[in-house]
Amino acid sequence: MTGKSPRIELRAAPHVKRPVGVETIMRNVVLALLPIAAFSVWQYGLSALALLVTATLACLATERWVNRLAGGPNTLSDWSATITGLLLGLTLPPSFPLWMAAVAGFAAIALGKALFGGLGHNVFNPALVGRAFVQAAFPVSITTWVPAYAPDRFTSFIPTTFTLPFMTPPDISAWAKAAVDGFTGATPLARWKFENLLATPADLLSGAVTASAGETSALLILACGLYLAARRFLDWRIPVAVLGAAALTAWAFQFAGPERYPDPAFVLLSGGLMLGAVFMATDMATSPVTPKGVWIYGATIGVLTVMIRYFGGLTEGVMYAILIGNALAPLIDQYTQPRVFGARGRRA
Amino acid sequence: MAIPGQQPLSHLEEFMEGIWKQNPVFVMVLGMCPVLAVSVSAVNALSMGVATTFVLLCSTLLVSLIRNVVPKEVRIATYIVIIATFVTVVDYLIAAISLAVYEALGAFIQLIVVNCIILGRAEAHASKNPPLRTAVNALGMGAGFTIGLFALGSVREILGAGKLFGVALFGPDFQPWVVMVLPPGGFFVLGAWLLLFNWLKNRAAGSAGKLAEGGAHG
Repeated sequence: MTGKSPRIELRAAPHVKRPVGVETIMRNVVLALLPIAAFSVWQYGLSALALLVTATLACLATERWVNRLAGGPNTLSDWSATITGLLLGLTLPPSFPLWMAAVAGFAAIALGKALFGGLGHNVFNPALVGRAFVQAAFPVSITTWVPAYAPDRFTSFIPTTFTLPFMTPPDISAWAKAAVDGFTGATPLARWKFENLLATPADLLSGAVTASAGETSALLILACGLYLAARRFLDWRIPVAVLGAAALTAWAFQFAGPERYPDPAFVLLSGGLMLGAVFMATDMATSPVTPKGVWIYGATIGVLTVMIRYFGGLTEGVMYAILIGNALAPLIDQYTQPRVFGARGRRA
Repeated sequence: MAIPGQQPLSHLEEFMEGIWKQNPVFVMVLGMCPVLAVSVSAVNALSMGVATTFVLLCSTLLVSLIRNVVPKEVRIATYIVIIATFVTVVDYLIAAISLAVYEALGAFIQLIVVNCIILGRAEAHASKNPPLRTAVNALGMGAGFTIGLFALGSVREILGAGKLFGVALFGPDFQPWVVMVLPPGGFFVLGAWLLLFNWLKNRAAGSAGKLAEGGAHG
């Protein structure tokens, strides 16, 4: 017998791990969100900046408060609350009053995350829970849109931004008309739905349209998503499945009724579909883990988005489509378990 | 409730049962249908609470009086008939007093008949206890239910309409939280109250435990 025997570690799988923690991934997602946030500020000025900061601070404060209540460790440093706040701010209209944004941030963390047990236990994407809450609570403010590239956007705020807490924001249609000539106050999706007017793909790609703070430039969102996918911080299958399914559904509808339905490019580039597909549907805690399941999950979201847009009462369907997808994720996981190596039959 | 082998509760304790230890809304979480449906405003909540208390008091009193006469096999049917009788009385009473409240509460007045608090009290308490004790317990339960309903109704009315009992609290510029008068708002507010109630209860139990411990050591 030789004195030296090979060291064998007796441990349960997994044996090979990636040296990347939650914190690293989250920090990179924040980095990828920053260009989008910066572009949003460039388009909408000081009000967008105040909105993003308020939403993020509300999320961070709620997270800290919940930490203290639960007596657990401080979880601000894992960056997840920052992501929730930034994403939430990007999904809100730039003219959204700051106090409502704070309510949304509180709802996102308290209802969407803390009640389920914190990061990794949440069933729904917290940012979308926050947005859904304010969508139900303040339906007028969340569908009040302002024009991008207002000339005085870096010197003055949109009048609704500093609405006193619990008060109704003032009517800003006169202000918006004065700021940008010929402004109609409708998003491209609403204009298609109610006036049958299509925005050009070039406008949609560059973001020169009326929309939520961060859902305007499809090109920029794609670029940031590519960075995350290249570093493998997000599952590329999810955005591909969401956008592919949405495009296929839109194409089928257009094939059946070319005069009624817009072309797939418009469906892909308008509204929050890009932001949702790249940054929200890909949330690790709320999407399935099996490769086959991820395809099903993404396709469900894509089809539902188009269905809600075409047949629902709202003009935009990405939020509810992703929330429904989140709810289905555990079920999808259960039915797409891979065969265990060496086991006979479908399930071991 | 009197448990064999234990000291029976005093009447005050019996009354407090329904308000604190066995509150129908916050502890037993019973009768959720009316709690969530009619707690849109404080007036509706209070009327519903008072109506339920009336039915609860009258029916448990009657059940307690005839508890030794009713055969065990048909007791549930008997209770339901008694409860339904008083619900009919309340139904006509409310319609006569205030048509607005009657229309706001709608079918939920008639549905008091299937409110599980009432049948539960009849079965678990009134059928085993003398009338006075039952009446005190029913009053406590009714008060607890009314408090629970009012707690939900006032929060939902304040946030959902900026009013309390129809009086505007924040001036004409108040932004109503539409979600609070919708069904999800009912669940959110109920959840928040359950959280608060359990937190208070745990704190009370914690300090009582500490006191007992301190006493034992001292």
